[in-house]
Amino acid sequence: MSVPLPILDDDAASLAAPMVPLAHLDHLWFQVGGTLCNLECRHCFISCSPHNHSFAFLDLDTVRRALDESVRLGVKEYYFTGGEPFLNRDMVAILELALRYGPATVLTNGTVFKDEWLERLAKADAESPYSLEFRVSLDGFTAAMNDPVRGPGTFDRAMRGVRQLVAHGFLPIITVTRTSDDQDDGELFRGFVRLLRENGCDRPRIKVLPTLRIGAEENRQRGYRDEERVTPEMMEGFDLGKLICHHSRVVTDRGVYVCPILIEAPDARLGDTLQEALRPYPLRHHACSTCYQYGALCSNPSGGARDA
Amino acid sequence: MPDLTRIAIFGGVYNNYLALGAALASAKRQAVDAVYCLGDLGAFGPYPDRVFPLLRDNGVACIQGNYDNSVGNGLADCQCGYTDPRDNHFARISYDYTFKNTSPENRAWMKELPAQRRVRLGDYRVLMCHGSPRKMNEFLWESTTPTHFLEYLAAAHEADVILTTHTGLKWHRRLSGDRHVVNVGVLGRPENDGRTNVWYALLEARPALRVEFVPVEYDHRRLAAEMRAERLPNEFVETVLTGWWTTCLEILPAKERRRGKY
Repeated sequence: MSVPLPILDDDAASLAAPMVPLAHLDHLWFQVGGTLCNLECRHCFISCSPHNHSFAFLDLDTVRRALDESVRLGVKEYYFTGGEPFLNRDMVAILELALRYGPATVLTNGTVFKDEWLERLAKADAESPYSLEFRVSLDGFTAAMNDPVRGPGTFDRAMRGVRQLVAHGFLPIITVTRTSDDQDDGELFRGFVRLLRENGCDRPRIKVLPTLRIGAEENRQRGYRDEERVTPEMMEGFDLGKLICHHSRVVTDRGVYVCPILIEAPDARLGDTLQEALRPYPLRHHACSTCYQYGALCSNPSGGARDA
Repeated sequence: MPDLTRIAIFGGVYNNYLALGAALASAKRQAVDAVYCLGDLGAFGPYPDRVFPLLRDNGVACIQGNYDNSVGNGLADCQCGYTDPRDNHFARISYDYTFKNTSPENRAWMKELPAQRRVRLGDYRVLMCHGSPRKMNEFLWESTTPTHFLEYLAAAHEADVILTTHTGLKWHRRLSGDRHVVNVGVLGRPENDGRTNVWYALLEARPALRVEFVPVEYDHRRLAAEMRAERLPNEFVETVLTGWWTTCLEILPAKERRRGKY
């Protein structure tokens, strides 16, 4: 069982935390895999595992209701995450449905694909005017780099998934977490480009993410330091569009939360429905400082580095 | 606002003064009431200052793109928002070259360009912007922009027709209530489709709206030779000669990326 994220421990700092209004609901996220995952990555910011039942799978009807509501709200993109989304037996049907509404992106560890699922999704993608994106998580371009973080054998299994995607005509975006502070992004990009080309992917696509020092990551490297927080002074001249909470919300089986990173924080639950969850949210978690610093943490490169 | 029935609109000149000259000649043959440019005058191609006399002499009404905003205000980069080090490498070369070769007078002119422009085309309220009505460098790709989102933009910005260019790939979507969103394409580089021509858009309201994309052939071999003479990257020259994008690929969504060669 995970420990719910505390808000900043200093009450005064918490009360002074800058409020961020939702400018427009651009990105609608679905915690479609709950917190269940077949892997147990040592840096997972919500400590997903085969045993974490904090959040359950979303069913097709719940997703359908939110998609219908999203039309009225003018949502731009749909994102599906977990846990591992493809453990949810409705996942293929959910993506087929979402592609009738707009562009869909699924964040997966790439280890559980069945060819028949990918065949159906290739057909749905071909029939839709919108893009279906697969973001496959991998944290090193060799097993020696990746497996200590994601688990023994996960490099080979994820690369098999990448080859399956490529064979079905998809162009996966490899999502890499910068798992040590002194990593060189250029070296990471070059290593992954080489790896992907060797595996038949002639259009290598890579997204590098910073580490979020919450969940399992707190025990792997370190948690946030007290001074790693967003203060009111830091908001002067800052582009709010960099913050996920400025343009996103996430639907879970336990209500609508402010962003996919903070679902274990009780105060991040904003309501039962999307309409209720459109209210502002204060940047009172240490993890907000990572979002502040890097920006566009969770969106695709095609959304632009500084989404409005 | 001027009353118009037939207009030509282009964007993304990217220093390609040869394509600009060809497009202006084409628009003249089309007997349009006015010609508009949606910004990004610099980048990619050779001799930035050759673009400005053509725009001024032909009375082209321009708005500001992110490139013009950056060059005009002396910013450190083009605000294209790349994260891939390879894309950033080429964006840096392109920006530094353009900045260095744009005269102070032309920089000052770009700085003063409006971010948006509204005209009436027949009965249609037309809103011209660079990226989207809400942000100069927002990407509106055909495959990542759902119709209900465009309906929201059109309502929020009180427009019947929204015109954009930023992504560099043309498309047209019909919305409810005879409203439209058109990405007019760019003159600066080809469409990543293996053809060397570029595109602009022709809009007519007599009284119903008609949208036509017009291909523009120009002396792309001469442009390539001039780019080589200016020591611009071979990767850019290859795009001009082959019609395939070789850089700035990370920002393409899956469907648009699959259509290209790289």
